[in-house]
Amino acid sequence: MFDSLSARFTSAFSSLRSRGKISAADLDSTYAEIKQALLESDVALEVVEAFIAEVSEKSNQALSTIQSGSNQANAIFDVVNSSLVEILGGAARRVRFSKNPPTVIMLAGLQGAGKTTLAGKLAKFYADQGNTPLLVAADLQRPNAVTQLQVVGESINVPVFAPEPGNGVGDPVKTAKAGVEFAKSKQYNMVIVDTAGRLGIDADLMKEASDIRDAVKPDEILFVVDAMIGQDAVRTSQAFLNGVGFDGVVLTKLDGDARGGAALSIASLTKRPIMFASTGEKLSDFDIFYPERMASRILGMGDVATLAEQAKKAFDSDKSAKLEAKFASGEDFTLEDFLDQLSAMSKMGSMSKLMGMLPGGGQMKQLTKGANFDESEIVRTKAIIQSMTPRERQEPKVLNGSRRARIALGAGLKVSDVNNLVDRFSAAQKMMRQIRNGGVPAGMAGMGMPAMAPKPANIPPKKKSKSGNPAKRALEESQ
Amino acid sequence: MGLFSKFIAKIKGENSFTPADWQELESELLASDIGPTLTRSLLESARRVKSENAQEALKQTLTSHLSTQSRASIANPDGMTVVMVVGVNGTGKTTSVAKLASRIKNSGSSVVVAAGDTFRAAAVEQLQTWGTRINVTVVSGKPNGDPASVAFDAAKRAAQSQAQFLIIDTAGRLHNKSDLMDELEKVKRVVEKISPVNEVLLTIDATTGQNGMAQAKLFSESVNVTGIILTKLDGSARGGIALAIENELNIPIKWIGTGESESDFSAFDAGEYIEGLLT
Repeated sequence: MFDSLSARFTSAFSSLRSRGKISAADLDSTYAEIKQALLESDVALEVVEAFIAEVSEKSNQALSTIQSGSNQANAIFDVVNSSLVEILGGAARRVRFSKNPPTVIMLAGLQGAGKTTLAGKLAKFYADQGNTPLLVAADLQRPNAVTQLQVVGESINVPVFAPEPGNGVGDPVKTAKAGVEFAKSKQYNMVIVDTAGRLGIDADLMKEASDIRDAVKPDEILFVVDAMIGQDAVRTSQAFLNGVGFDGVVLTKLDGDARGGAALSIASLTKRPIMFASTGEKLSDFDIFYPERMASRILGMGDVATLAEQAKKAFDSDKSAKLEAKFASGEDFTLEDFLDQLSAMSKMGSMSKLMGMLPGGGQMKQLTKGANFDESEIVRTKAIIQSMTPRERQEPKVLNGSRRARIALGAGLKVSDVNNLVDRFSAAQKMMRQIRNGGVPAGMAGMGMPAMAPKPANIPPKKKSKSGNPAKRALEESQ
Repeated sequence: MGLFSKFIAKIKGENSFTPADWQELESELLASDIGPTLTRSLLESARRVKSENAQEALKQTLTSHLSTQSRASIANPDGMTVVMVVGVNGTGKTTSVAKLASRIKNSGSSVVVAAGDTFRAAAVEQLQTWGTRINVTVVSGKPNGDPASVAFDAAKRAAQSQAQFLIIDTAGRLHNKSDLMDELEKVKRVVEKISPVNEVLLTIDATTGQNGMAQAKLFSESVNVTGIILTKLDGSARGGIALAIENELNIPIKWIGTGESESDFSAFDAGEYIEGLLT
């Protein structure tokens, strides 16, 4: 239902471009499209309206000096994009370390926002940079939140201060205070206090949060918020700001497909910077926040950087390196390697989903609707390889008629399907030998698949000539 | 006060609703998370309402946007009823499973709960703590074990002990992760070797914005969702996305969660809900 968002946005601009000079009515209909797009991305109405007002004022200034329609369209697009980036990242900064350690970070947020997981991610992030964090289990409310934090701490080798069993037993204020004292005495340089989830309208629990704050005097209070949150982001962030106060925002579950417009609402209404983004189930899936990426995401402009990251994650770097070494040393690429790559590919998600992440992918998806990608082909191919013995996977030449019949039976397919795969595989293998003898770089290994995990730095958005932004690029290319 | 109460009062009284009033209504509708499309459609309907029967007409309009499916729980007439609870991370699955189990137990039926969230740290313990609290048997497997095998074992044990209900908790997963959705399908498939899954309940967090629609759509495609549990309605969020889901996907809201205790859980009453919007 949101697929058409970027298409709509692009078309709004291309209709602008086709005019010799842009009229006030053209502008109004463009702003109406932007408004709709932002509302569908969960940006709060008041923020949308203020945003449109700001954009139109800035555009008017910019437009007065530009004549041709296409340049005007470009100018407006730049204003929209840069205004978004400005609101989202205007005040971006890192955690302020205390002059007198430990640096105390307190987490606050609604139930289910992901505080406990985030506490672990934050601890790992700073531990990896050479700090010595201590996790403090002050969520004594949710059943087994304490145990969860202990398991998390153990998995990343970060100690957890948990004197109380939780499940409604124990005083979170005392626990938090004792945790900081403990960290001081043991010379940890950072304390991360996990607190119970609470509702903005629950006065008692907000009071408890501010009591914890007063007891531990945090250097940073981070408001943890789910990227999928809707219009309630306004009320809730305001309630937390008034009730306990916060210095920065962390967006969680950004690996979902929510546009995350709430981020814009929160940043714009509370004037607090979004500092971190949490992007996956693993404790290493955590990064500092990139306003440009978020702006593209809210506008539905595709997200090449995230795609690259997903590829990097899916394609195990150890395996990739081994494969590359194997290829360079002259060993053959086997069906086993092929299976690894297929599994990695399906881990990245469906083809149509991946396409949605490419710039202009939204429209591409529309175009290819009839010509569906056959996702099940990958499943079938995997089934065939998985029905082979390890030896067969290593040496496909042993595959005689009876072996092929057994494999077909095991995979629930026809012998001709098995033949087909083996033939295609041998052809590919042969081709790769030729490539190797011809001295083509080893990065090509993998039957044309993105095996070698492109690093985000190698991905084009920084190129001067072409924008990574589909609407903008469409504009550039059509000039 | 309901979203439409001011509108009805004004239309009935002076039969006037100023542009500023319309704007206020629009912003309140949007603020409830029903989304821009449904907001526009409701506003158009409201513009056609006549003063004589404003309340009745709006009631009809609102009802027409709700799901036509029954809100009653689906039970297995001959044997064990199997309920699966699914949803994205942090929407309140485990708590909802406990609440539902407690409710079934209090109504006098026997119930077994399967701790199928083998992924999140301490999720099994969380459910076991609930199990002790509400006195319900919780079947669990190894941490990071195969959730399908936990569910299968639980189904087997529940069937052997002739339990009337089996509720399966599952790990939170984002609907756009195809490997995790495959895993969920497998859980359902494997359980169905023992007994059909009668009901699949999707937890939707009331604070969720427009992404809730994608959640409902993809979970439905994967495991055929039969109803929604709208959780965390005790906060300031109004949960309008669940109505948008009813309207677009025809999946009924069956339960609502309104707090952290097992009794903060009730069946969704559509009539009462609409009445609440109007008065």
